[in-house]
Amino acid sequence: MGKGPAAVVVVLAAALVGLLSYGVAQRGEDRSIDAAVAGGERIAPPSAEQKLGLLGSPERTRSLADFRGKVVVLNFWASWCKPCVDELPLLQRTQERLATQNAMVLGVNLRDVSSDALGFVRRFKLTYPSLRDPDAELARAYGTVGYPETFVIDREGRIAAKRRGPVTQAWLDETLPELLAERA
Amino acid sequence: MRLLALVVLLLALVLLPAMPVSAATPRTTLPDVEDEVMCTQCGTALNISEAPSADRERAFIRAQIEKGRTKEEIKAALAEEYGPRVLAVPSRGGFDRAAFLVPALLGLLALGGVAFAAMRWRRMRDDDPYPTGPELDRADSRRLDEELKAFKG
Repeated sequence: MGKGPAAVVVVLAAALVGLLSYGVAQRGEDRSIDAAVAGGERIAPPSAEQKLGLLGSPERTRSLADFRGKVVVLNFWASWCKPCVDELPLLQRTQERLATQNAMVLGVNLRDVSSDALGFVRRFKLTYPSLRDPDAELARAYGTVGYPETFVIDREGRIAAKRRGPVTQAWLDETLPELLAERA
Repeated sequence: MRLLALVVLLLALVLLPAMPVSAATPRTTLPDVEDEVMCTQCGTALNISEAPSADRERAFIRAQIEKGRTKEEIKAALAEEYGPRVLAVPSRGGFDRAAFLVPALLGLLALGGVAFAAMRWRRMRDDDPYPTGPELDRADSRRLDEELKAFKG
């Protein structure tokens, strides 16, 4: 093989390797939120303005930015995820406590059949809203890889805490009081 | 009797095309849909996934089949519930464009390679024509002609 064609093959092989590396890097986990929160930093949540349909009323849309001024416990969940379902009663109790303190739980239901999710909303008498994130686009922006995952947004609309895995009463008790005491 | 048979035949000819299309349309099956959609949790084709969400997805498909939906209708319903990524086709934006571009580029490269090899082979053949033996001297040439004549005669 002459030098010319060999160079073309080398360039194309390098381009393919570059393309694959780019794809892998793009689809890798984003842990920037974890790093920021671990360092005591509060950062703006990704895609805060992104409008998503409400579970049960897809024609009505909301974004996280619509709840600015409230402390928001943002919980990513799906009906097929057993740990997600197990923590729903705790989240409902939390919602009942938060409702009088200008704070709320906001669910993000993802990769789920809406009728399945609504079945659990009825079963546990959930009074907090859930947004529908059908293909987990918002969840990916938060770097979620497993479910459930929960983020606490302060009154300034910044991520103040995160929990990758089920929430516990102890974690909520440790995290929320300080944020609830803050003024917008 | 012949008249009755003729009437029955005519009636059959008239009524057959009017029968519902569904009678001729095969019922959609789970395996038929499963291999064309993705398990949204695990990112693999649904037919090879054993994730909990895949089971829910299959239940959703079965419910749609029970309702008599066609494959395309079921895929549309899946896309509505799970978003367009549930369909086992790459999106036309971002990195997924590579799924269309890379095979096309490789195809072009292969064509170029074949063309290059063909041209090179042809050039080699032109440079090195069919080999001939050493020239015969006059005496040998005459003897060869005589022997060939004798052989033919």
